Amino acid sequence: MSENKNTPAGTSHEVTATERNTDVVHAERFTDPGLHPHKLRLADTDPQAAKRTERIVTLLFVLSVLGTIGTLVAYVAVPPEGPTSSVRLSTLLLGLGLAVSLLGIGIAGIHWAKTLMSDHEMVQERHPMRSSDETRDGAVADLNVGIAESGIGRRGLLKGAFISALALFPLTIAVPLIGSVGGDWNISKFKHTLWKTGMRLAIDPSGRLIKAADVTVGSVFHVIPDVTQEYRESHEWITEKSKAVVLLVRLKPEDITSEQGEGWSYDGIIAFSKICTHVGCPVALYEQQTHHLLCPCHQSTFDVANGAKVVFGPANRPLPQLPITVDDEGYLVAQDDFAEPIGPSYWERLK
Amino acid sequence: MSTTASNQHREAPAKPTTPAGKAADYLDQRTSIGVLVKEFARKVFPDHWSFMLGEIALFSFVVLLISGVFLTMFFEPSMALTHYEGQHPANMHGQLMSVAFASTLEMSFEVRGGLLMRQIHHWSALIFMAAIVTHMMRIFFTGAFRKPRELNWLVGMTMLILGLAAGFSGYSLPDDVLSGNGLRITDGVIKSIPVIGSYTSYLVFGGEFPGAHIVPRLFTIHILIVPGLLLALIALHLFLMVLNKHTQYPGGGRTDDNVVGFPALPVYVAKMTGNFFIIFGVLALMGATMAINNVWNYGPFDPSPVSAGAQPDWYMLFLEGSLRLMPGQGTEWVIAGFTLPLNILVPAMVVPGLLFTFLFVYPFVEAKVRGDEREHHVLDRPRNVPTRTALGVAFLTAFIILALAGSNDLIATHFHLSINSITWVFRVLIFVGPVFAFWVTKRVCLGLQRKDRELVLHGHESGRIVRFANGEYIEVHRPLDEQERWLRVNYHAYEPLRIEPKSDARGVKRKGYGADRRWQRLSRFFFEDRVEPVTPAELAAAHAHGEHDELAPAEHPAIGAGVGAGHGTTQGH
Amino acid sequence: MKALAARRHHRFAPAVLLLLALLVTGGVYAALAPSPASADTASTADIETGKKLFQANCATCHGANAEGSPGVPSLVGVGAAAVDFQVSSGRMPMQMSGPQAISKPRQMDEEQTAALAAYVSSLGAGPAIPTDAQVDPADGDIANGMALFRTNCAMCHNAVGAGGALSEGKFAPALWETTPRNIYQAMLTGPQSMPVFNDANVTPEEKQDIIAFLVDQREGSAGGNALGGLGPVSEGLWGWAVGMGVLIGAAVWIGAKSS
Repeated sequence: MSENKNTPAGTSHEVTATERNTDVVHAERFTDPGLHPHKLRLADTDPQAAKRTERIVTLLFVLSVLGTIGTLVAYVAVPPEGPTSSVRLSTLLLGLGLAVSLLGIGIAGIHWAKTLMSDHEMVQERHPMRSSDETRDGAVADLNVGIAESGIGRRGLLKGAFISALALFPLTIAVPLIGSVGGDWNISKFKHTLWKTGMRLAIDPSGRLIKAADVTVGSVFHVIPDVTQEYRESHEWITEKSKAVVLLVRLKPEDITSEQGEGWSYDGIIAFSKICTHVGCPVALYEQQTHHLLCPCHQSTFDVANGAKVVFGPANRPLPQLPITVDDEGYLVAQDDFAEPIGPSYWERLK
Repeated sequence: MSTTASNQHREAPAKPTTPAGKAADYLDQRTSIGVLVKEFARKVFPDHWSFMLGEIALFSFVVLLISGVFLTMFFEPSMALTHYEGQHPANMHGQLMSVAFASTLEMSFEVRGGLLMRQIHHWSALIFMAAIVTHMMRIFFTGAFRKPRELNWLVGMTMLILGLAAGFSGYSLPDDVLSGNGLRITDGVIKSIPVIGSYTSYLVFGGEFPGAHIVPRLFTIHILIVPGLLLALIALHLFLMVLNKHTQYPGGGRTDDNVVGFPALPVYVAKMTGNFFIIFGVLALMGATMAINNVWNYGPFDPSPVSAGAQPDWYMLFLEGSLRLMPGQGTEWVIAGFTLPLNILVPAMVVPGLLFTFLFVYPFVEAKVRGDEREHHVLDRPRNVPTRTALGVAFLTAFIILALAGSNDLIATHFHLSINSITWVFRVLIFVGPVFAFWVTKRVCLGLQRKDRELVLHGHESGRIVRFANGEYIEVHRPLDEQERWLRVNYHAYEPLRIEPKSDARGVKRKGYGADRRWQRLSRFFFEDRVEPVTPAELAAAHAHGEHDELAPAEHPAIGAGVGAGHGTTQGH
Repeated sequence: MKALAARRHHRFAPAVLLLLALLVTGGVYAALAPSPASADTASTADIETGKKLFQANCATCHGANAEGSPGVPSLVGVGAAAVDFQVSSGRMPMQMSGPQAISKPRQMDEEQTAALAAYVSSLGAGPAIPTDAQVDPADGDIANGMALFRTNCAMCHNAVGAGGALSEGKFAPALWETTPRNIYQAMLTGPQSMPVFNDANVTPEEKQDIIAFLVDQREGSAGGNALGGLGPVSEGLWGWAVGMGVLIGAAVWIGAKSS
């Protein structure tokens, strides 16, 4: 048992086990046996082994060089031509070259460190993090002198002015920033979509119009408002489309048990907002046999035949129904905008 | 002033002659770098594989920076709309998309090595977060967060959150359908915040979702703000690590007053550099062979489509799972006309809030219930702090259940189960699982501690059966050597806090008694069940009377005389 | 011209010519043949054979006259396309009841399937089996197919057709191995949970575009192993298993003492 000075200092020596009435006197704790004895490695004792290791390490570094060369060759010889397989080959070769180049260095370096560099454990002392009382007193004294010299304690008005100035100056940046960072801050836009009386329903993404006869029982149509092709290539459209997308299905009229408004469907054709009332994913998985509509993001399930009521999952409200009818030419049109804000709930939704 | 002046008048030191010496002299005369080198060159670091988990995080961050710089050369963070002119990939030709998406396609299909770098970048991000989590697990289970390292734990926690922000902002940059739907979910969550939700949504998107500003904004966050903060915090993290000196595992000769290991130069420098190249090499291999986030499969953002398997990267899955598990019925409240959607607020704000709060406050709570104020530099073996270990496992269980719940659709398809049943199972498991995991882990830890006691007292079973002349059979036990024993007895089993009585001697009620009482209750929860380490007296007693009952009092040291605490001890079984 | 002349004498030339001739014939036929209701193209003999097969294999559930029963759909008016889809993909005859019929090795050969289809379509007109030209991926526009697929199909079948979950144990199958003809028929007839995508919703050309897109996905990913095409969850799983696995292995090696 090597008696070194590594006794566990600072540990409380209270022994909490039941007190024993021992005849033999023992220490309350075991003593630290000290470091493991150092074991020599093969390379420390056998010069042959050391030589062998050195050769392996050298070889690994050479391999790394070859990897780098390989990458350069692949870069020149195998350009990605575009098709999937060609890009895949180029990516693979460049990456393998890079990996060999890097792993060569890494494995060589570590093998070197492990086998050829000294593996004698060293012991260094730790010192408490706390600075000495002297240092502390000195620091406090310095601070006090500094504060006293500034005179901030005595000059109350100056102190107030100083603090006010510091507290207020960020407004010079914050006000213009906040004024513009949220666009026009007009959150009432959440309540309106592009749908309006007489707006025709069109197929997403082609924009073809839909006649009632096109929608056969069991069909599902992904629907957008009928707007110009030009408008459909604008940012405004993407934002509007985010609110206006609709899912259109046709059920046998006798299967519809309820809907959100009298006469909002047309001959079993029924349309609901596609934006989930949970957090706004497009709800799009329509199971035609059960008439259930499932959201792939969080599995809220809505019953299309029963006013899109929630039958499972984290959503709370039914999907808003779009009132539809047909126009003179037989095209499906909206009767009006949605009766309530579409999509997820927010604080002012009902205001 | 005077000292520098006198320095110049001293005897001129010997002039260096080698080029390296000259350069060092030049530098040192201007920076006194010699002091720094003297301080660090032979600084000792303990060696253990688990101390390299943090290195994996650090170096995958370096790989993120390297590959990220490559990507910024080709990525254009613009939401302007364009028709994609490239022929490849074939499914994108002629499609309307943002410039951000188009430049992502171009860098993948036209820039040589571009796709490789994208994939390395994304894999590095996943590994960065995975390494942070694993590193934190190591810190937690070994108690490395104890004094004086509580502050560094906070720095690490902040980096974890910044890592989430970095991942999320980067994931959304290509402006594809998958990340776009992720943003949309984020928007839904933001909108659910009471009072300020709608305005916060406008603040983030510069108007209504998705608007035309989010990609450039995320770009600035992703390549400037978050990495800048991360770099600063990494510097602070490492500075504190060096200042506090690294912790070490328990073992012979390792105490709270020393640090045992290998010198920085050459062993650590070599191992760290080597590890960097290995990590980069493995990430390069992954980028070369495993496809990740092929955004052209999802297509440019469009608010209408969504694809099955719409999930975030793994480190956000717990939030996704939390959202999926929450039942929606009756959880949206309307108060005075204002809507309070608890079906979003609870899973998306309260649940992560609880998880992160637990992590943030744990070191301080544990210090308080432990009631000691000394520095700890020798790590705990997880079994020796059963309640902490059990809490950690319970936390991980909750995290994993949430992540699995976030993957419930894939579990359903791969194991042919009903997604509804899976969701219900997880709804129950999220409450039962962590409690059960806590209980099991604590029992296992206590069991292992008892096993340790058993080993120390009676030694290893040798499998050798000996028959005595009187016909008694015993198995020969080989006692532990000093090192083995020291590992098993060198710990402190904390007791619950003792507090001052409710009222003093004169019957005056003490202020703060209630709080003390609560802390004591918490302390009991931690330390009520404990297994004390074997004392030399117990060992001697166990050896002395030669009976198998370790708890037998040691009043009979005479029995089995001649058999000391030495070698070749036998015990009957 | 010279090259062409040289190729004319190639030993595969007759085969190529024959193939071309067949394709042209097929194409002309597809253009001219009436597409709805294929009943008139089937012979009465076929219908007879089909009827026998139906009685032997299908009537227990679907009823002697295919009129259906509670929980089992009537087959009157479903058309040859629906029969061909269900039988050639092995979904019908159903092995056991479950959330949905599962695709398995087909139990009836091409001829038997045709006979069954002829019988069922003789009960009432419905969508016909598409021609080979209609489902030829080579003629489809991959980019348009992508746009249509992601709007109409990807929410159930996943972005690249790797499949996905529906409610209560039902699922949308992976499409890696589905034949172009079956893809077309599925859209046309809306089997089981799947809605119908009739020709007004997704035109025949658009259906072909979708097929072209799906077949293009079978080339795999440009980035290497596609990891099932399942998205971030499988990426995360592989990242942990491979990435963290190897890196922790490396760390253990680095930390271990050399012998």
